[in-house]
This record gives sequence, structure tokens and C-alpha cells, in this order.
Amino acid sequence: MKRLHYLFKDRLAFLSLFIITSTLLAGIFAPWIAPNDPEEVHMELRFASVSWDYLLGNDHLGRCVLSRLIYGIRPSVLWVLVTLAISVGIGAIIGFISGYFKGKMDAFLMRVCDIMLSFPGYVMTLAIIGVLGVGLENILLAFVLMKWAWFARIIRTSVMQYSDAEYVKFSKALGAGSFSIMRKHIVPVSLPDIAVTSSSAFSSMILQLSGFSFLGLGVQAPHAEWGMMLNEARQVMFSRPEIMLAPGITTILFVSAVNFFTDALQVALDPKLMSIAKKKHRKGIFQKANLSRKEVA
Amino acid sequence: MGGYIIRRSLLAIPLLLIISFLTFVLNALSPMDPAEVVLHAQGVPRITDDLLAETRAALGMDQPFFIRYLNWLLSCLQLDFGNSYVTGKPVWSMLGPAFLNTLKLTVISVVAVIVLSIGLGIICALTEGRLVDKSIRGAAFFLTSMPSYLLAALLVWYFSVKLDWLPTNGLESIQSYILPVSVITISYAGIYFRIVRSAMLNHLNEDYVLYGRACGLPEGRITIRLLRNSLQVAVSVFFMAIPIILGSTVVIENLFAWPGLGMLSVKSILSRDFPIIQAYVLVLAAAFVVVNTFSDMINALINPKLREDF
Repeated sequence: MKRLHYLFKDRLAFLSLFIITSTLLAGIFAPWIAPNDPEEVHMELRFASVSWDYLLGNDHLGRCVLSRLIYGIRPSVLWVLVTLAISVGIGAIIGFISGYFKGKMDAFLMRVCDIMLSFPGYVMTLAIIGVLGVGLENILLAFVLMKWAWFARIIRTSVMQYSDAEYVKFSKALGAGSFSIMRKHIVPVSLPDIAVTSSSAFSSMILQLSGFSFLGLGVQAPHAEWGMMLNEARQVMFSRPEIMLAPGITTILFVSAVNFFTDALQVALDPKLMSIAKKKHRKGIFQKANLSRKEVA
Repeated sequence: MGGYIIRRSLLAIPLLLIISFLTFVLNALSPMDPAEVVLHAQGVPRITDDLLAETRAALGMDQPFFIRYLNWLLSCLQLDFGNSYVTGKPVWSMLGPAFLNTLKLTVISVVAVIVLSIGLGIICALTEGRLVDKSIRGAAFFLTSMPSYLLAALLVWYFSVKLDWLPTNGLESIQSYILPVSVITISYAGIYFRIVRSAMLNHLNEDYVLYGRACGLPEGRITIRLLRNSLQVAVSVFFMAIPIILGSTVVIENLFAWPGLGMLSVKSILSRDFPIIQAYVLVLAAAFVVVNTFSDMINALINPKLREDF
């Protein structure tokens, strides 16, 4: 992980990382940071503008917009992160098994992945919500069910690349066990691929979740969530368009931070791109587009 | 090539069968009793056990699981997806027109995405590193980080409310297409033009470009050759984009009250109208498989190397 220090040299990447970590921390410590109760209704303060007590003003029920934004981090970002971790975990286990052992097991697991991937993601998420009912946990369940196959595919490709390497063969000849070979020789080298893939999936999952909440299929009122706040703002869009600003800008800011970070991570971890980046003085950050982002869907 | 097409089509059949089975199982897993949902939806005031048993028999729920699946599959092949629990009308009479509307939106958007991506990709590749290239990529980066519904809401607010140029929702005239199509186009072209751009940049360093320049060919003709070669990559990506866009119009349709599949499905989810949800999943997944099969065939047509796997 020596290359990670390139990441900290890149100011934009550093800023992105700062935005991401501070958002995560704010979400975890929401009860201590939020200035007001996010669900407390003050009908006399409807659409009140910015004030010292309510730094970002109040919404259509007089609730504190800032507190709702901070509490909204939990479903919008933290739960998505947990879901991502679970799907990557399942994908990694399957990817490692099929990439390392190959043979019949690999063929079988990859056919299962093919079938999972032949379902369009949005449609399946809708189907699962349709069957199990609306709610955040069902969307997250659908995400896990839909994404693991995709991660398994990518991790398998990455593992396969290394499982034929000379040093792996050498360890085998020395009589090292499969598990310790994987742990010592394959996990460290395939980690960059996993990191980049998960990071790019993260932003697409945040956008998708907020889309579903926007449709009213996710988090239910009165709990705060960024997509739902935008949905509430949409209803008064014609009279109070400014209500959309706070949740809108927050979402854009966080998602672009994740995107920038993904690109920087890709450049920092890929030696080939790194040399271009060094030559071109950071121009390389735009070079490698993270094309996979919406394709995850 | 003919052999490849036949083999590839045959491969799609088991996949379609598995998909139909999974769709059926998914609904069987539902925690709610369909008979109860039907009676609730029809507004029956008191639900007795007799009535429940009667409704179950009418729905064919008393038969074994596998028989039910086969019956369901056979009627699906005849486009008979049963009746809606809520309205009682045949599902296809609601799904068919909606599918057509979604298809119209998707096809127009895909064409717009392709045109815009290729256009922007060429401009960016030819002005690599200069201001035009940088600003287009910067704007694309910003727009792809934006939730598409926010972009849609902003466009509606500006063009429909402030300027009053375009209708905000529904499908009444040609103008109704403008906003939904532009939202989809902007959010997807922002991703796909990068593929065209990087493909062109990769080809710029090839020997044939140098040779062309050395021979004194005009830049325009070199660009055309460059484009023809780099579009090979792009074509396969665009074909993959069709099912993705088809499936992800849900949010946009709901925002613009577009009478398509996305709106129908969300409405049925909220009213727990299972036959429609089931038919929706089946129809879209089947469309997904069919388009994917075609895109594989077209890829194989362009790139003979891919045919060897079969």
C-alpha cells in the first residue's frame, strides 16, 4: 500500500476523502452534532428562512433542515455502506473460490452469476420491493441480492490473473495451504481492484437508493433521508424552489466526492496510470473515466 | 456466423425459462395471501374463511406448485398474465400500452444518447487537454454526480414553470418528449461519451494515423477513419446501454407522469397488485435477455475474435 501516499499528494483526492470521512462521522455521531430534533414539527416556522437556531432554515412542517440532513446521512450513506460491505464480502468469497480453485466449481458459480446479472437491476429491486413491501431494509436486501454477482465476477477476474503467478505456484510447491496462499499472496494484490470497484459502486448505490426514496418506496416518513427530503421539496417546487437546494447540493457534493475519490484511487493504485499521471502532472485524474458507475445498475 | 447466431439464440431459451421460474417463485414467496389481497382490493367488507377458500380456488391456488407454474407459463406465452387485483382488467391491456410508451421514450433517448456521446466524444478527443475538452468533461462529471430526478426537477422548474415553454407532465404532444428525453440523455451521455473519447485517443497513437499524416492525407479523412475504428468499441457499449436505460426510466417516468411501465409498476407496488408486478418483471427481464442476445450477436459480427468462444 505504498502507493497510497500518492493519493494524499493529490489535493482534490484529499479533499474528497475529507468530505467522505466527515460525512460518515457526522452520520455516526448525528445525535450529538445535529442542533435540533429532526422530527420535531413547528408549524409556526413553516418555510422559515435561515436563522441562528435553524442554520439551513425549516421545511414545510417547520422541521430543522440541517438536523434532517445530518440524520439523513444514516440511511442515505451509512446503511448503503453496510450493504456495500455485505455484497462485496459475498462477492469476494465467491470470487476467490471460483477464481482460485477454477474447474467445475467455477463454471457452476459463474453460470449462477450470469443468471443473476441477466436480470436488470432496477427491475429486480422494484420486484423485491413489490413482493416484500416498501421500506429501506427491502431496498438494501435487493441491493445485496443484485450486486453480489457483479462483485463476484470482477473479483474472480482479478484473482484469476494472480492465481497463475510464479510466486503462487512456488508457494504451492512448498506445500502452503490454499487458505494461507490466498491470504498472503492473493488478497493483497487483488485488494486494489476490489477497492476501486466498491468505491465506484458506492456512488451508484447512493444515487439509486435516493431515487427509490424519491419515489416513496424507501425510507418512510417522518424519518429523514436525502432522496425523501428532495421528494418533499418537489411538492412545493413551484412555490418554494429553494427548499430543494440543501438536500440537492449535499447529494451532489457527496456523490462527486466519491466519484473523484474513485478516480484518484484508480490512478493511485494502477501503476500504469500512475506513470501517466506523474508525467502529466495530475492531468491523469480525468484520464481514466470510471465508466462502470452506471453500468452497475 | 450463422452457426453462432443459432447457438447464441438457443442459449437464451434456458435463461428465459430460469427467469420465468424465478419471477414465479418471487411471487410465491410473498408474505401476503393473494386471495386476501384480491378481496381487500375489491372492497369486500367482511372476509370469511369460506370466501377466502373460494377465491383461492378461483385463482387456482389450490393446485400443486409446479402445475401452477406450468399453467402460468403457458398463459404468459399467450400474453395472458391474469387480471389485475385492483381494477380487475386483464394485465396485458394495461401493460401493453405502457410498455409501448416506455419503449418510445427509451428508443428516442438511446438515439439521442448515441448522437450526443459520439459528438462530444469526437470534440473532446480532437481538443484533448484544451479548454473545450476540460470544460465538457468537468460539466459531465458534475451532471453524472447529480441524481437524475434533481436534474429533471430543475429543468421542469426552469423551462415549464419560469419560462412556460414545455409541458410538465403526461404524454400529449411531441413537446412532452423534450424534457424526459433530455434528462435521460444528459445523465447517460455524460458516461458514454468518455468511452468514445478514450477509444479515439487510444487510436490516435496507432501507426495508421501517423502513416496517414505522413502521406499527407487531409485531417478530416484521418478523423473519419479514426472514428470508424474507434466506434467498434462504442457500438458494443451502446447496445449494453439499451436495457439499462429501459430498466432505469422508472424515476423519470414517475416524475413526468409518463404513462409507461415505470409509473405502472410503482403504482402497482404501492397498491400491492401482484399480477402486474409479476408481468412487469417478466416482460422487462425477457426484453433484457433479448436485447443482450442481439448485442452479443452484433459484437460477434464486428469482432470475429468473440466468436471463437462458442
